[in-house]
Amino acid sequence: MELIFIEKEEARKVLRTHRDSGMDFLRDLIGMDWGDEGLGVIYILENSTTHATMHLAVRTTDRNKPAIYTVCDMWSIAELYEREVYDFYGIRFIGHPDMRRLFLRNDWEGYPLRKDYDASEAINPIRLTNEPPEDVQRSYEIEEDKEFAAIAKRENFMHVDEYVINIGPQHPATHGVLRFRLALAGEEIRKIDIHCGYIHRGIEKLCESKTYPQLLAFTDRLDYLSAHQNRHALCMCIENALGLEIAPRVQYIRTIMDELQRIDSHLLMLSCAAMDLGALTAFIYGFRDREKVLDIFEEVTGGRLIQNYNIIGGVQADITTGWEAKVKDYCTYQLHKIKEFEDLFVNSIITKNRMKGVGVLTREEAISYGATGCTGRAAGWACDVRKRHPYALYGQVDFKEVLYTNGDSYDRVLMRLDEIKQSVHIIRQLIDNIPAGDFKQKTKPIIKLPEGRFSAAVEGSRGEFGVFIESHGDKSPYRVKFRPMGLPLVACMHKILKGCKIADLITIGATLDYVIPDIDR
Amino acid sequence: MEMKKPIIKSIPYEEFKDNETLEALIKELNKERTNVVVGALDDLINWGRSNSLWSLTFATSCCGIEFMSVGAARYDFARFGFEVTRNSPRQADLIMVAGTITHKMAPVLKRLYDQMAEPKYVVAVGGCAISGGPFKGSYHVVNGVDKILPVDVYIPGCPPRPEAIMYGMMQLQRKVKIEKFFGDKNRHQNPREVRREPIIVTNAPVEGCEKTDK
Ligand code: SF4
Repeated sequence: MELIFIEKEEARKVLRTHRDSGMDFLRDLIGMDWGDEGLGVIYILENSTTHATMHLAVRTTDRNKPAIYTVCDMWSIAELYEREVYDFYGIRFIGHPDMRRLFLRNDWEGYPLRKDYDASEAINPIRLTNEPPEDVQRSYEIEEDKEFAAIAKRENFMHVDEYVINIGPQHPATHGVLRFRLALAGEEIRKIDIHCGYIHRGIEKLCESKTYPQLLAFTDRLDYLSAHQNRHALCMCIENALGLEIAPRVQYIRTIMDELQRIDSHLLMLSCAAMDLGALTAFIYGFRDREKVLDIFEEVTGGRLIQNYNIIGGVQADITTGWEAKVKDYCTYQLHKIKEFEDLFVNSIITKNRMKGVGVLTREEAISYGATGCTGRAAGWACDVRKRHPYALYGQVDFKEVLYTNGDSYDRVLMRLDEIKQSVHIIRQLIDNIPAGDFKQKTKPIIKLPEGRFSAAVEGSRGEFGVFIESHGDKSPYRVKFRPMGLPLVACMHKILKGCKIADLITIGATLDYVIPDIDR
Repeated sequence: MEMKKPIIKSIPYEEFKDNETLEALIKELNKERTNVVVGALDDLINWGRSNSLWSLTFATSCCGIEFMSVGAARYDFARFGFEVTRNSPRQADLIMVAGTITHKMAPVLKRLYDQMAEPKYVVAVGGCAISGGPFKGSYHVVNGVDKILPVDVYIPGCPPRPEAIMYGMMQLQRKVKIEKFFGDKNRHQNPREVRREPIIVTNAPVEGCEKTDK
């Protein structure tokens, strides 16, 4: 992967020209600590029509008061990405309207992803006191005759006369530990403030001290409903870097597993969305079908939810005899059962009333927020990685990238049903033709990646999941970054929720279908 | 009057892996004999309590999904009286800590625990809640929920299978069954009082669980 460094002062101009020439999708924004060469940021841009990608980087050598210009007016998602970089590296983004920490407590000492971070318990003990509320937005400007940015503006996020309520972090409808602060006018949502980090496990930092095979275990636990796909992405990234050729049998198994995982995830999403509307029966139905997928997984991988199946150069275990027949039976069963979902849930008048026209995200907004997956495709943005940058066997199988145009909650639900059908279609093409051969290949006992930067992306269950590795030739990576599928989805809630009723927050959240450990990493 | 063995109909007493801890507990309780009437009432109340353990939904990550599976049709923990999950700590008997606890979450968890009414129990589900699991050594992960809460039952696994979760819940039932309710559990406890030894669930007997499945 080629990285072009641009001058800090020039950065905004260069980025804007690229943006205006069609690079409208900011795939990822990666904070970096290059030691003596300074701190910096890598931008991965993509053209949403031609799918050309580009990697740019900016750096600053000042370690005490590092500052870089913001790009959040060009790509909306940069607002949260930059807050993340500020949180982990302490880089201030000049012109960013709201420089607060995103994941860590606001009384946290130090910037954990810097190489010189001191992780001792004495500095950051487990605090059982409540987090001091920080309601002040700060923006930084460069003042004349000063090199570093100083606080230019402080502004209270919520005003005294606003009616503020707090949802989460322990709230069943946020699907995990996400926290919202909402300012309401009657039932209408005026402002929304998102607090992440309640399940921030510091995976990226942990990765820097582990060997490559040890990294694999973390990906399953990021978004546990895309366990196979996540791990596929990391394996692919490492294999590409090593130049390993993957046997066709492995590619077949991986593709089938990825699609089964997608079905599993979509079933869970449908059941939970129904449960959030109060339809508990649909939850039971969804889990009934999901158990069947889990049985198929368990037979081969030994795991139900977290399977630890892909390894570098292959898969952990071969498929068992008779497994194909079970998968085929399941495909027939699932297609039949989808009818039930359609009749009982999707076509019900209650669902339609609650979801049609609610929570609309337009195509342009989806691109600007980088909201990939079913959310993006429900808004009409063809953002499927399987089509954009085909990997494994997706270039060879026949399937349709389903697109809707309304971008509302209802379309996001319909997307799921259609994707299940497409997944079944993919599996059916592959299952009878699995070639014979090895299911894994011998790799060196100690895996060292060549020096360089590598990236890979797959279509996870709820969007693009990307892996970025910078290697300095050691047995552990210098920097690993996972592109979360969920962070863009949460970011676009800002846009979607304004003016919605508070009761719709729950359905919109359910249809966006984010998984919090994937957001927080 | 003597405390009885903690019996669960669906799994014979011998099939539980950890009977010693409970027996030691019984011995300790039996040191000072119980009044016949109060003891009989205790039995009755504990029978009721142990068969209607309501848990607070507190799932932070992966283990929570397995907890949801236990609630769904195949595993169906309604058979044991656990099916009512509460979203408010005021109405819950126990807190299932299913998932990683981070530094930012720790005060929230502590507050939820403090808000629960006595008698209350803590079940640590999965490697993360027990020791930090795969994330031990991270700067933002609490290495085990027992650093901040007293734990009654540990259920290892990453994630534990639904059978193991049910087995762990049954262990908790047995623990509840032998407690003294009057004069002990019905009183507010001093939080600094030393809690009794936790039960550690080691590999759940799969045959035992299958029996209950039918
Ligand atoms: S123990 Fe394993 S499955 Fe459970 S929360 Fe931790 S990482 Fe996830």
